[in-house]
Amino acid sequence: MNTMPIQSIKELTLEEALSPGTPTCAGCGGLLALRHCLKALGKKTVIVNAAGCFTLLAIYPYTPFQNSWLYTAMACAPAGAQGIRDALDILIKKGRLDPKEDLKVVVLTGDGVAYDIGMASTSGALHRNLDFYYICSDNEAYGNTGFQWSGATPFGSKTATTPVGRMHPSGTDISKKNLFEIWRSHKPPYLATISPSHPVDLANKFIKAEQYKGPKLFIHLSPCPPGWVTDPSHSTQLAKLAVDTGIWALKEAVYGEVKHTVVPKKFKPVEEYLKGQGRFAHLFKPVRQEDVLKKIQGMVDQYWNEVRDKESL
Amino acid sequence: MKEMLTGNAAAAWGVRLADVDYLPTYPITPQTEIIETLARWICDGVMDATFVTLDSEHSMITAAGAASATGVRVFTATSSQGLLYGFEMLYTVAGWRVPLVMVNVSRALSSPITLEADHNDILATRDSGFLQIHCETCQEVLDSILIAYRLAEDKRVLLPVLVNMDGFLLSFTREPVEIPDIKDVKRFLPPYQPEHAFFKASQPMAQGVAALGGPVYSYFKYQMHLASMNALDVYKEVSGEFGKIFGRKYDTVDGCMMDDAVCVLVMTNSFSTLGKAAVMKARAKGIKAGLLRLRVLRPFPEADIRGAIKMTRAVAVLDQNVSVGKGGILYSEISSALYHEKERPLLLSFIGGLGGKNISSEEFEFIFDAMIHAVDTGKVPAPRLLYTEEEWKQMEGLKKMAGKQ
Repeated sequence: MNTMPIQSIKELTLEEALSPGTPTCAGCGGLLALRHCLKALGKKTVIVNAAGCFTLLAIYPYTPFQNSWLYTAMACAPAGAQGIRDALDILIKKGRLDPKEDLKVVVLTGDGVAYDIGMASTSGALHRNLDFYYICSDNEAYGNTGFQWSGATPFGSKTATTPVGRMHPSGTDISKKNLFEIWRSHKPPYLATISPSHPVDLANKFIKAEQYKGPKLFIHLSPCPPGWVTDPSHSTQLAKLAVDTGIWALKEAVYGEVKHTVVPKKFKPVEEYLKGQGRFAHLFKPVRQEDVLKKIQGMVDQYWNEVRDKESL
Repeated sequence: MKEMLTGNAAAAWGVRLADVDYLPTYPITPQTEIIETLARWICDGVMDATFVTLDSEHSMITAAGAASATGVRVFTATSSQGLLYGFEMLYTVAGWRVPLVMVNVSRALSSPITLEADHNDILATRDSGFLQIHCETCQEVLDSILIAYRLAEDKRVLLPVLVNMDGFLLSFTREPVEIPDIKDVKRFLPPYQPEHAFFKASQPMAQGVAALGGPVYSYFKYQMHLASMNALDVYKEVSGEFGKIFGRKYDTVDGCMMDDAVCVLVMTNSFSTLGKAAVMKARAKGIKAGLLRLRVLRPFPEADIRGAIKMTRAVAVLDQNVSVGKGGILYSEISSALYHEKERPLLLSFIGGLGGKNISSEEFEFIFDAMIHAVDTGKVPAPRLLYTEEEWKQMEGLKKMAGKQ
């Protein structure tokens, strides 16, 4: 087990665990992050998937994975992980499976599952200290059904069910749920946010997580060209802008103790991240919605002010 | 070894003897005694299994299916609302073709929320792909769990099985139960060694993958149907072998006084005991009465049912369920089984015992009278709800108290 952090992108393995040619959209930020996650996890894994965009990665008779896969349903992937983990432990304990055949159990979901319908089954798995990984691909809406509002949808953005109009000029009226803090309240051994734009930080978090037995959770912000109304070639750049503006904070929490892993020296204005996305276009045109923009920047500033106080950055 | 056991304790004994590896659970009345008993045995070290309480029945059935898909022998149990809460996953794990066994302790469905048994819960799952065995006695509960594992794990079947018993009436009633010798059980039920579904590093496998396009979906869905139909023959083999080893024979249907019966009552589960007593009483009065209890409901043993009743004159199906807007569920199923017969009995429909309502001997007499009248006149009466005058008066009293005249 390699526990030394890597320093540069050149140290990432060139071996791919995910084959190309999947039915995901061009420029899918989630797929890029998943590719890096799988490189970090290795091939001795079983992915337990909940309904979402990634369900369509494995369509009979194809799978892009070199590892095992079980699609469950929308609300219950962590319960599926529980069944597999427990069964592998039973088989090994009773001498019916060679320990070399053991697998890392990895839950793979989107934000609709993680923030909404799958909350109870995740809380249960965290509470039982299930030894598993959870990767949430957060594109901030129900993407696979055509980009409807979810608990992860940010204030001021447009989705198919929070349209912009006379009654709701800002689109989504309420703020994104804080899943990191909800998960952190369970004090799992390892919890981190990651980004497809920061593969070294991502890989190092998986390297660090490996030493812990229990839940190891990852949330990545996934630029979603059709939903965010962005150019597919801009996804990595947008993911990086989310970090550089401070709207997506890269951090980890070990048994609940938070530490930020990437802190921009100088934060870019949030506007730079927003203005390149069609889902925020109404904040700029036809009339600039100053109050909404101010509120979004204010939330980001407040977040980092609190971080500075706590972590003495 | 014979012991006085409740239906729930008999179920727990079946699980213990079957050498189950994994028990994902979630409490619900009146099933809870099963998982409490198993938790106690594991805690005392007399049973080598892993016990987990999940966060819901939905999660419980998921964990059960996923563990079975990994290659261990799995048991779980629920009732009523719990069965419906996990409904999505019943269809899902059946499609995974995992041979787990689940006990449902029947309890009528909300709303109104209630406690006692009827069969709307278990019959709601009849299209899920789970096989269904319905039990009349505590002995049958224990034995059916052993039979269920053999059936589920057979390569020609590979589908999960639901074993049903009535809440309260059987779950909490003590009866003398023969606990089989573990050596005999091992002879009947070998360890589970899956060849079709497992997870291990050296042999990656994608399970439960999406099937897009009607032809692909149809192929897999109909495979499940064919496997379930295969289970009819496999069941006969397995129950035959069970009979040889343990001396107790369980057919897909259980006939009482059927040899020369003219008027036949069709029932399921524990109320059949009341029905059998009513048959004896009718016989004493000179009526050629009989009772056919349906034991295996999925796959539906159409030929066995047809064989048992096609030469009788009248059959009354007593449904302890109601398909709202249609009527008795088993009445519909038996009608379809008889439709193509040139000679077939008159078929009467009764709905009774909803929410555990008692069925009195007067109500059974009413059913036999109705059958005789139908035979005499050749006319089949409209479906009836069994409800006594006394019960009606009591209900009127309650309505008055509730301010509804």
